[in-house]
Amino acid sequence: MADEQTQAVEAGSEMISRDLLARIREEIRQEVRAELERQKAERPKRLALVASKGSLDMAYPPLILASTAVSLGWEVGVFCTFYGLDIINKHKLPRLKVAPVGNPAMPAPLPQIPMQVPNIVGMLPGMTELATKFMQSWMDRANMIPIKDMIDITLEGGGHFYACATTMGVMGVNKEDLLEGVELLGATAFLDFASEADVALFI
Amino acid sequence: MATILKADQTLDYRGLLCPVPVIKIAKAIKNIQVGQVVEMLADDPGAPADMQAWTKQTGHQLLDSQQEGNTFRFYIRRMK
Repeated sequence: MADEQTQAVEAGSEMISRDLLARIREEIRQEVRAELERQKAERPKRLALVASKGSLDMAYPPLILASTAVSLGWEVGVFCTFYGLDIINKHKLPRLKVAPVGNPAMPAPLPQIPMQVPNIVGMLPGMTELATKFMQSWMDRANMIPIKDMIDITLEGGGHFYACATTMGVMGVNKEDLLEGVELLGATAFLDFASEADVALFI
Repeated sequence: MATILKADQTLDYRGLLCPVPVIKIAKAIKNIQVGQVVEMLADDPGAPADMQAWTKQTGHQLLDSQQEGNTFRFYIRRMK
């Protein structure tokens, strides 16, 4: 190909040396590279998150990152898969819970009594609800905004919540169960979106 | 010595933790004109680094960042 082009040029009325042709090619390459860099710098940054957990404590990290990213002017897509689907399920979102059992990081419920809840106590009926109440009160005390608000902020900021279509089929979740504004997506389409992401995280 | 900067609006985000101040300032900056300055107060220990990052990412200008005790004071100019 390169030789053909050189010959074609040589066949013309003017002779262009191979050296000159090589220099022109190199300059074109540099121009194209610079243009690609410019385009990359101009387009907004993109965050791709996978939210795979459905407990109250694990709803916060993806929603904090998503709502922050839209506040930075980034493009955001949160792919909610398996239990993460509960975060965008309008029936389950208000009922997300945190379990005191098997959770060694769970702080002591009462600051006055510096003792964690033993697993055997955490097993008792009502303890999960109690742990959830405590977590909600910590969040309220810290003036943290409710998780539903973080979802709304993300959507209003142009972010996307993608419900994993396969999980919906596996878990028997219908489109009507999902929050308004949630889109359905398969793994392939999400990977396509994530392939252009500047930050991609699995939570 | 604290710099004297004239702000067109003051926002008090003391008592709020990350990411709430950033979410709020991102909305509030749209309520002032391009070129105007907003003064923001916060006491989240992460705020200085967060505001530097937020202005870098959004293209707004962090004119000044001050600390008085536990309170941080930021002056931000809306650029676009």
